[in-house]
Amino acid sequence: MSVAAIGNYSVALRDTAEHFAQPLLYVGWDEHMMFAAPLTVPLSMATRFEDLVSKVLPALYGQHPEFAQINWNKVQWFRSADMFTPRMQGTLAEQGFGHKSVLRFRTPGLEGIHGSCG
Amino acid sequence: MDQRVEKKKHSLKERYAAMTGDLHWETTYQSMDEVFPYEQYEGIRIHQWDKFEDPFRLTMDAYWKLQGEKEKKLYAVIDAFAQNSGQFGVSDARYVNALKLFIQSFTQQTYYAHRSFAHLGRHFRGDALRVACQMQSADELRHFQNQTHAIANFNKYFNGLHNATHWFDHAWYLAAPKSFSEDAFSAGPFERLIAISFSFDYLLTKPLFVSTMSGAAHNGDLSSVTVGFSAQSDEARHMTLGLECVKFIVGQDPANLPIVQRWMDKWFWRGYRVMTLAAMMQDYMQPKRTTSWKQAWEMYVESTGEALFKELAQVGIRQPKGWAQACDGKDHISHQAWNAFYGYGDTTAFHTWVPEPSELDWLSKKYPDSFDRWYRPRLEHYAQLQKSGQRYTNKTLPMLCQTCQLPMFFTEPSGPRWIAYRETQHAGERFHFCSDHCEEIFSNEPEKYSQAGLPVHQILQGHCFKPEVNAAAPGFDPASAVLDYCQINQGYDNGEFKGSEDDTNFASWGGGQNPQEAQL
Repeated sequence: MSVAAIGNYSVALRDTAEHFAQPLLYVGWDEHMMFAAPLTVPLSMATRFEDLVSKVLPALYGQHPEFAQINWNKVQWFRSADMFTPRMQGTLAEQGFGHKSVLRFRTPGLEGIHGSCG
Repeated sequence: MDQRVEKKKHSLKERYAAMTGDLHWETTYQSMDEVFPYEQYEGIRIHQWDKFEDPFRLTMDAYWKLQGEKEKKLYAVIDAFAQNSGQFGVSDARYVNALKLFIQSFTQQTYYAHRSFAHLGRHFRGDALRVACQMQSADELRHFQNQTHAIANFNKYFNGLHNATHWFDHAWYLAAPKSFSEDAFSAGPFERLIAISFSFDYLLTKPLFVSTMSGAAHNGDLSSVTVGFSAQSDEARHMTLGLECVKFIVGQDPANLPIVQRWMDKWFWRGYRVMTLAAMMQDYMQPKRTTSWKQAWEMYVESTGEALFKELAQVGIRQPKGWAQACDGKDHISHQAWNAFYGYGDTTAFHTWVPEPSELDWLSKKYPDSFDRWYRPRLEHYAQLQKSGQRYTNKTLPMLCQTCQLPMFFTEPSGPRWIAYRETQHAGERFHFCSDHCEEIFSNEPEKYSQAGLPVHQILQGHCFKPEVNAAAPGFDPASAVLDYCQINQGYDNGEFKGSEDDTNFASWGGGQNPQEAQL
């Protein structure tokens, strides 16, 4: 649908990448809603995946009692809704991530506090 | 002898016609289109404005008299409540947090409604609708003032009440109600009427007002109860206006129906998302519990809505698209919201807490299909952490929905195991949503919603610091600087309730008892 307006309607996008010091990555740990919503993380897309796993995620989710139990070899990764297998040496940009991308991960066998997805 | 001529008394209808009829005339110096510049562009066609009848036919003198009497009664109660130190007689200081969230969100929306209806009262071509809108504008201003005056007494004793208008404009969590109101305000006059009068006033405000007022009564806040009662007859008038307007607009031209239906789909969902705050207020912030959100929803929305949409089917209107999903959400949204606000409790101008075990039991009983399975374990985990001195807080900013601007804490309609993610591309950018309906609202008007100033993004762009702040200084604490910018007094307005100044003060005043006993 086109814009219904009384005059010229100009659009100024406020959230394009150039407005931020670093691009945004949205990160969500499925079935762990102690972190009620996915998180907004300013992060260089040149970050290597292994650094994301070893440095960024622990800072975000380390206080969850199940975080220490994650078997990182079994984690399932999603770029938005698409499952993919990350190359740990590769950067986020090389693996299709950009400003305002969603990264979700699933940890089979771990279903949150007492299995409540909390 | 001359016979005296009896003065004929006008009937109410004649009186109304005499008092309002001359408010309308066809202009000649300027074209009518220029006098009413906003009436055409939304695509709504009205052929016979004189067919719209104000369902109440209130004249201004009758209106002022009626409202004046209500004011006198209301302020007698508000004064008496203050003089008897009623604030110490509420069930528990936690209750005041419901008032905080109320004045920070819904009271501010009431003021927007006042402004919005003042504008509508100028810009419809039909005089009867203009008069009705002007009265609603005056009502909304009255309600805003009444709520503010009643809560002002609490402000002398509790934190988190002193700066509601500023918080409404600046605090991240109030972007949901604020964006709702501004979204409506920046729409055309017909859409705004459907948004506020029908979708919000008619469909959704009942659980908010009726239940929060009965909650106030059970928690000893007679002042707020009376504010509610005083507004009730006005609310009934607003609801009727909303319904009459829908029928009138749809009846005027077949082309109006699809436009009105789309607005209904949109505004029901926008309003429903704002109601998430009311849901958590009801289930978590009223220490003495009466009705659950689920019960209120079933009583005041679901059952009345079913009947309403049967009636509206005659003019071709169907239930809003999100109706079924909204009804399914009654088992979940209050818990999901409280879980989110508990985690982000450091950043709000009200307190959060884990309910007491007996209160958790109440929730288990009221929500047999969801609470024990999904929500109770989280809360018990937080309680345990707190016992060991580690009150849980979530330190990372949440991802927000581009449309409703709430954090993306809502789960898939198919079940509460997965957070719902929706995504679309527009103008080369990615946009994210909490639900199909928020995505659809965006996709119908991407130009409008792609410009949203999402608070989390504004914070990360550095727009939410005071001008004198030096973000490069060593030891700079961005979270604290943002709270400063919002004028939230850290350690007083925000964070955990247990051990807060509100908590300790209330205990030392002997609060929660009969106020006379407390003074002895």
